[in-house]
Amino acid sequence: MILKLAFRNLTGRGMRTILNATVLSLAFVAIIMIQGLLVGMNQQIADAVTQTEYGGGQLWHEKYDPYDMFSLEDAHGTIPTQLEESRQQGLISPILIVQGSIYPQGRMRPALIKGIEPFQKIISIPSHFLAESNAVLPIMIGNRMAKDSGLDIGDVLTIQWRDIHGRIDARDATVVQIMNTTVPTVDNGQIWMALEQLQELTDMSNQATLIIKNANYTIPENISGWVFRDLDFLLKDMNEMIKAKSVSSGLFYLILIFMAMLAIYDTQVLSIFHRRKEMGTLMAMGLTRLKLILLFTLEGALNGVMAVILACVYGFPLFLFLSQTGINIPSNADNFGFAIGEKLFPVYTIALVIGTTVLVLIITTIVSFIPTHRIARLKPTDALRGRMT
Amino acid sequence: MENSFLIKTEKLSKIYSIGAGAVKALDDVNLTFDKAEFVGLVGPSGSGKTTLLNIIGSLDTPSIGEVITMGEKISTISHKRSSILRSIHIGFIFQTFNLLPVYSVFENVELPLLLVGIPFNERKKRVFDALDWVGLADRAKSKPAQLSGGQSQRVAIARAIVKKPAIVLADEPTANLDAENSHHILQTMVKLNSQLDTTFIFATHDEKVISYLRRKIELFDGKVKADKIQKPENN
Repeated sequence: MILKLAFRNLTGRGMRTILNATVLSLAFVAIIMIQGLLVGMNQQIADAVTQTEYGGGQLWHEKYDPYDMFSLEDAHGTIPTQLEESRQQGLISPILIVQGSIYPQGRMRPALIKGIEPFQKIISIPSHFLAESNAVLPIMIGNRMAKDSGLDIGDVLTIQWRDIHGRIDARDATVVQIMNTTVPTVDNGQIWMALEQLQELTDMSNQATLIIKNANYTIPENISGWVFRDLDFLLKDMNEMIKAKSVSSGLFYLILIFMAMLAIYDTQVLSIFHRRKEMGTLMAMGLTRLKLILLFTLEGALNGVMAVILACVYGFPLFLFLSQTGINIPSNADNFGFAIGEKLFPVYTIALVIGTTVLVLIITTIVSFIPTHRIARLKPTDALRGRMT
Repeated sequence: MENSFLIKTEKLSKIYSIGAGAVKALDDVNLTFDKAEFVGLVGPSGSGKTTLLNIIGSLDTPSIGEVITMGEKISTISHKRSSILRSIHIGFIFQTFNLLPVYSVFENVELPLLLVGIPFNERKKRVFDALDWVGLADRAKSKPAQLSGGQSQRVAIARAIVKKPAIVLADEPTANLDAENSHHILQTMVKLNSQLDTTFIFATHDEKVISYLRRKIELFDGKVKADKIQKPENN
C-alpha cells in the first residue's frame, strides 16, 4: 500500500519527478563514467608499460639499479648459458644498457644506449627496423626523444660511449625509425640499436644488463649473478602512483556522491516542508507517523530507482560506446608522464556498475530517511494547519 | 458496541501553552453524541469548536478530563490505536478541502480504502458509489485543480464517507463555498446521514449550516453555552 502511494505520489508530480530523477541519474552516470575512465587509464598505463617495457618479468644483473645510473657501468654480465635454449626459442630477449652521449646537430646530450635483438617479439618495440636498414649503424629513437633532439628518420648523429675497458669511443649512427610509443620510459633520453652491434662496440660480447621474459615462460631459479624481478616488483612504482591517484579519484567519487546526496536531501526537506498539510490529511485518514516516514523515505528511494532506470536508458549505451571507441586524448597529455596513448578506453566493470548502483540506492534511501525525523514529531493538528511541530 | 453513545466527553478541558501563559480552549465540556445525529458545534472564532472536533477525532488529546470515541479513551489512546480509529470509524471534512493535488478525484476518494487494505475491485465499486452520492462520478479522472470549490468539497465529502464511517467530523465545510454550493453540499450530507446512519458533527458559524442542524451546541470561550435540539429549517 505504501509503495503504491509512493509510486502514485511520484508519478503524480510528473515533471518534477522526472527532473529529480534526471539530476540524480546524471550524478550517477558521472560517477560511473569518471570511475570507468580512471580504471581504464590505470589499466591502459599498466598494460602499455608491461607490453612495451617489462614483458612477463625481467631477470636483472645483480648490479643493475635503474635508479642509479652510476652503477650501470658494472651492471652487465654474460647471458646465463641455461637460458640459451629459451633465447633461441624466442622466450627471452636480452637487453644491454650502456651509458653514453649523443651529438644531435652538434649539441651534446646524455643518453642511454640500449641493445635489443631486432627480431624479438616479447615487447612491442618495432626493433625489426634495426635489421631491415642498410645503414652502417642503424638506431631507433622514440617520438619524444626525436622531438627533444630535433631528429628525424635518416638523420645522422654522433654517438659516444665507454666500452668494457673504460675506453671512450664514438661513431656516426643513422636514425632508421622513430617509434611512436606511449611509454616515456623506453623513449626519453634513449636510443635503441641492435644488441649484437652494441655488444661489439662495447666489447661486451654475449653480455646483457637485463633479460626480458615471455609472459608464459618461467625463468629457472637461482641463476648466479642475476635476480628475477616479477611484474609485481616492476609495477610497484606504478601501482603506488595508481594508489595515490585512487585516493584523489576516491575523493572525487565522494564529492559526486555527496552532490547527489545533497540533491536528494534538499528535495526531501523541501517536500516535507511543502507537504505538511498533505501529511496532516493522511494522518487524519489514519496513516501512522511510522507509515508516513516510510512513505516519504520510499518516495526518495524510488527517485534513486528511477535515476538508475534512466541511467540505464542513456548511460549504458554511452558507456558501451565510450569503452569501444575510446576518448581522444590531447597530444600533449603524455607530457604529464602518463602512458595513455592517443585514445583512452574507459573500463566499466560489472563490479563498478553494480557497486555504484547499490551504493547510490543505499545512500538515496538513507538520505531520504534522514529529513523524515521531523515527521516523527509532527502533530496532526499542526500539520493540518500547515505548521511544523 | 457496549456503550449506547458514540462519543462522550467528560469534564473535558484543553489548555494550550502560549509563551509563558496558557489559553483554555475548552473548559469542562460534558457532551454525548449518539448514532445518526446531525449536530453542530456553533460559536464564534476561538470558542473551541475545532479543538473539540480534533479531540473527538483523536487528532489531539485532552489536557483534563476524558473523551470516549467509539469506545476508545482518547486521553490514553496510542498512536496506532488512534490511527486505526480514524482509518475505520471517522471521516474528516476540512474547510480547505485538503484534497491531494497530484491525485485524481478517483485516487483522492480511493485513498481511505487503500489505507485499510480494501481489494481493488471493491475499492473501485465503493469509490464510484461515493462519487455517485455526491454527483461527481463523471469527474473521476479530473485533478483537484480542475474542480470548482463546490466540486472539491463534494469530493472531500465522498472521501470522508467512502469507507462508511460511523462519524463524520466537518470543520467549517461551507466556509469557502457560495450559498448555492453550500446548500448542495449540506443536502448531500443530510441525505448521507439518513441513508447511512452516519453521525455528522459540524464546527461552524455559518447560518446556512445551522439551518440544517437537528441539534445545536453553542460554545463560547471553550464552554458549552447551550445544547438544543432543533427542527431543521432546511431538511
